[in-house]
Amino acid sequence: MFSIYRKEFYAYLSSLVAYITIGIFLIVLGLFLWVFPDTSILDYGYAGLDSLFNTVPYLFMFLIPAITMRTLAEEKKEGTFELLATKPLTDWDIILGKYFASLTLVLFALIPTLVYYISVYQLGATVGNIDSGAVIGSYIGLFLLGAAFVSIGIFSSSVTKNQIIAFAIAVFLCFLTFIGFDSASQILSLQSIDSVLINLGINEHYQSISRGVLDTRDLAYFLSFVAIFLLITKTVLGGRKW
Amino acid sequence: MSIKVEELTKIYDNQIAVDKISFEALPGRVLGFLGPNGAGKSTTMKMITGFLTANQGEILVSGFNVNKENIATKQRIGYLPENNPLYLDMYVKEYLQFVGNIYNVQNLNNRIKEVIEATGLQKEQHKLIGQLSKGYKQRVGLAQAIIHNPEVLILDEPTSGLDPNQLIEIRSLIKELGKTKTVILSTHIMQEVEAICDDVVIINKGKIVAKDSLKELLAFHQEQNLEPIFVKLTNQ
Repeated sequence: MFSIYRKEFYAYLSSLVAYITIGIFLIVLGLFLWVFPDTSILDYGYAGLDSLFNTVPYLFMFLIPAITMRTLAEEKKEGTFELLATKPLTDWDIILGKYFASLTLVLFALIPTLVYYISVYQLGATVGNIDSGAVIGSYIGLFLLGAAFVSIGIFSSSVTKNQIIAFAIAVFLCFLTFIGFDSASQILSLQSIDSVLINLGINEHYQSISRGVLDTRDLAYFLSFVAIFLLITKTVLGGRKW
Repeated sequence: MSIKVEELTKIYDNQIAVDKISFEALPGRVLGFLGPNGAGKSTTMKMITGFLTANQGEILVSGFNVNKENIATKQRIGYLPENNPLYLDMYVKEYLQFVGNIYNVQNLNNRIKEVIEATGLQKEQHKLIGQLSKGYKQRVGLAQAIIHNPEVLILDEPTSGLDPNQLIEIRSLIKELGKTKTVILSTHIMQEVEAICDDVVIINKGKIVAKDSLKELLAFHQEQNLEPIFVKLTNQ
């Protein structure tokens, strides 16, 4: 697994994929947080990072599929998957190696945003007037959200040879699982099961962790979310039908 | 160290790609695996290497069952797939390092040097794989297949698309490797079989139509060359 992880990670770093996706992510986020008045922290009036944590999930929805779309689709298209599959590696080695490589890259995209925390910390009316507990919780939430989106991305990449299709499927699934369930719960005829629907969606659990309360139920939700998507990926790859 | 294939069957949807074939490849010999396009050669090789699973039948590699001891067999096989897929954006050495690490090769840097010399890649070893010509890519494919010094080599059309000089070099390399290993190679070139193979298995439409040593096969059909035998057996 470690050899796959290292190869994938180096492949990101030696191509432009990592720099461009992370760069664009940071630029767009910077614009939202400091320039565009609707979401600007400066116009918001409170020393908080709420708009960061509300914006990033939507950026992840596009950033993460862009990172993960090539992982398996490219191997299948180029035929190199046959090389990997005939090496003494299990399918899990391949899937997990790629999963953690992509997740590391997501973490790398997240780390520079700590600068915003420091800025807001310094900008507060009295320095340090920010709810640090909530910020830590929100970062954990963002990381778990990223972990869930990466598993969706890896899965989407496993069902097709075409990277664009993998990207489109991943964006759709991220969107659906993040707020699709919330929106569906608003449908009048589904009112009776609305709490079940809301609990199925990522947003509910993300918000819950963002409040700074790390509940085992939320943690279990994210872990099983990732496990389910990786398990489906394993099944798809095991079929060798492409 | 041998490969033993018994009653192997592979069915795609409702088409039978490989139909109950059995043969054995012995160490120190090169087995030529022949057949027209679509006869099931690549499918059989993919099953031996554990990429595809058979619907029926057994494959033993050095006594290990391919289905049950998946990792142990893969560790013993060196495989050059058809069309030689490679990571074009990796450097030659980087790629060999990657493959060597997967196989847990001891003393990897020395081994990479040896393999680069054996395959004649010295001049190209610092290049990106994507920059190499077809012949050199083929050598990289061979280099990654032999890096862990496997007991068994499976080569799917290793010489397709090479120029005559490269053909001679790659053939002599395979012949050299065949002295100590079990080699199965598929090809469409009959002269190649005559030049390097000791044993021959010919399949047609998923079934074996001939399996024997090259000498015996020629003697049996009273021919000088393999070509008329191949045409006769596969053109029915």
